[in-house]
Amino acid sequence: MSSTKPNRPAAPQALPEPARAAAIKAIRLRHPGRMVFATLLVLLFVVFILDAAARPAFDWPSVGKYVFDQRISMAAFVTLQLTVYSMVIAIVLGVILAVMRLSPNPVVKSLAWFYLWVFRGTPVYVQLVFWGLISIIYQDISVGIPFTEPWLVFETDAVLSTFALAVIGLALNEAAYLAEIVRAGLLSVDKGQDEAATALGMSWAQTMRRIIIPQAMRVVIPPTGNEVISMLKTTSLVTAVPFSFDLFTRSRDISAETFNVIPMLVVASIWYLFFTSILMVGQYFLEKRFARGVGDRRPDRKADGLTGAATGTVTGLIPTIGGGQATVVLPVPPAAPEAADDPTSPEGGVR
Amino acid sequence: MTDATDQNSRAAASASTAKQVPMVLAEMVSKSFGSNEVLKSISLEVKRGEVMCLVGPSGSGKSTFLRCINHLEVVSAGRLSVDGDLVGYREANGKLYELAPREAARQRRDIGMVFQRFNLFPHMTALANIMEAPQRVKGLPKAQVEKSARELLARVGLADRADYYPAHLSGGQQQRVAIARALAMEPKLMLFDEPTSALDPELVGEVLDVMQGLAASGMTMIVVTHEMGFAREVADSLVFMDAGVVVESGHPDAVLSNPQHGRTQAFLSKVL
Ligand SMILES: Nc1ncnc2c1ncn2[C@@H]1O[C@H](COP(=O)(O)OP(=O)(O)O)[C@@H](O)[C@H]1O
Ligand SMILES: [Mg+2]
Repeated sequence: MSSTKPNRPAAPQALPEPARAAAIKAIRLRHPGRMVFATLLVLLFVVFILDAAARPAFDWPSVGKYVFDQRISMAAFVTLQLTVYSMVIAIVLGVILAVMRLSPNPVVKSLAWFYLWVFRGTPVYVQLVFWGLISIIYQDISVGIPFTEPWLVFETDAVLSTFALAVIGLALNEAAYLAEIVRAGLLSVDKGQDEAATALGMSWAQTMRRIIIPQAMRVVIPPTGNEVISMLKTTSLVTAVPFSFDLFTRSRDISAETFNVIPMLVVASIWYLFFTSILMVGQYFLEKRFARGVGDRRPDRKADGLTGAATGTVTGLIPTIGGGQATVVLPVPPAAPEAADDPTSPEGGVR
Repeated sequence: MTDATDQNSRAAASASTAKQVPMVLAEMVSKSFGSNEVLKSISLEVKRGEVMCLVGPSGSGKSTFLRCINHLEVVSAGRLSVDGDLVGYREANGKLYELAPREAARQRRDIGMVFQRFNLFPHMTALANIMEAPQRVKGLPKAQVEKSARELLARVGLADRADYYPAHLSGGQQQRVAIARALAMEPKLMLFDEPTSALDPELVGEVLDVMQGLAASGMTMIVVTHEMGFAREVADSLVFMDAGVVVESGHPDAVLSNPQHGRTQAFLSKVL
């Protein structure tokens, strides 16, 4: 079925416009039950808000006073630092662990598996308590060749502040979850991609960096966004180290002075909500950025036989052991391409 | 760059022996996956500038053979060489030394490959797909790469689709971009693995046209296909494979009109 003709012209001749029927104008179907239910919900919500506004226990004047208190905004900043530092470390470590788990070397693979088993199998609170006691377990840190005279010796207490311990504790726990997310992302990329890149003479590192990882990002970002938001909230556990300058611990300490617990809880919640809202917006834009070539945006609107074999992926959330904060992405190789455009989608939501 | 001098010396060496050295030479090549022997003592030869069509029922090992030529699979027994160079190994003092990944990659970039499912990079535009390897692998300057990429797009009839992502191109257009992407590395050999099998019937012709043009320009090609019309018109030789063995080979007209072997007859009666 070959032909000797030269390349066909790209655009077929325009057909004459057929006659059109008038657009349908019909009476819309009413949903009275839906309307009643929605009104009821709105009413209930309004009642709750009005009631909360009037309730003395919330002590709104105190909330207003403390929400911009310098001790609180400083603590909010510390919480942000805890989140960012531990997340950055966790991402780097998570990518390393994910690549290790996909390694053909069984020793490397098992090591990564063991790490995940330990850090996902124990509560993060317990891990943080352990990190707080690290200077009792290991009084000093030596650098050098084992069983020989060390080159450098540090006293653990002197080099590791409680802040550093909190960051390490959060990061090492989080890395285990991110490793699974990254691994699922890497596996979601069609094998043909690796093959095509290899056939072009690209090295393993080039293939990873230029071809595989950018495509994995699309699958990795939504659950990682969830992990950032989750981490922001998990920082409230660092009191276990004990580290006490984060948002939650600081507001508890202030309420211990004022004997007025509830408004301080509201203040802390407002700050947490403020940060998570910002993170959700950021996640929305990141997702858009990495959906390039997959969504339905196209340079023009001309329709010509869209038989694209784009590999889509569907993300799903299933819980795993350890704190109920794990997100695992299930790769489903060939599926309809779809862009995540909704910042309020389940993947983008606050857990 | 050491790469360039290496290539020059190899080009010079192969030029002097160009007459004798076939582009692809397989001598009793076997390949097993575990206990499953997929290729059984394949021997064949593709001369410089020749087009060979490889046909056979599904599962007969056609893809595996192409992948061996590109060292995406490792041959279990026999010798396979491309342009005089052993694929995947270096021979010294009668011993074979496995090539390091970097050396294997260097061999691969002289061999273009086109896949049934196109395998374009979906996060890059058509133009970026074509520019990727010359820029990253050969390290050529961007302006030069872009110029030749646009020329290649024009050559496959897609000059106006440079900024389209693969998902916004039809199957036939995607496959033509994939051919242009492979050509961008200026290969001396092109491998096509059922390049039109995933296409709607009306899109097959546009891809075959591009391939025919390529054959006319003197490219050495091995084409796995079920398009017997293309084989008859374009190929210099046709090889029929079944269950990992070469059953019959020869000039396409001879094999297609007068198959000698029963299995060839049975297969051809289904696809013709
Ligand atoms: N990576 C692999 N591992 C195990 N078996 C394989 C692999 N690749 C191919 N095979 C087997 O090799 C045989 C030939 O496959 P293939 O070369 O794809 O055939 P064809 O392209 O002619 O349809 C099939 O039976 C297939 O199952
Ligand atoms: Mg095949």
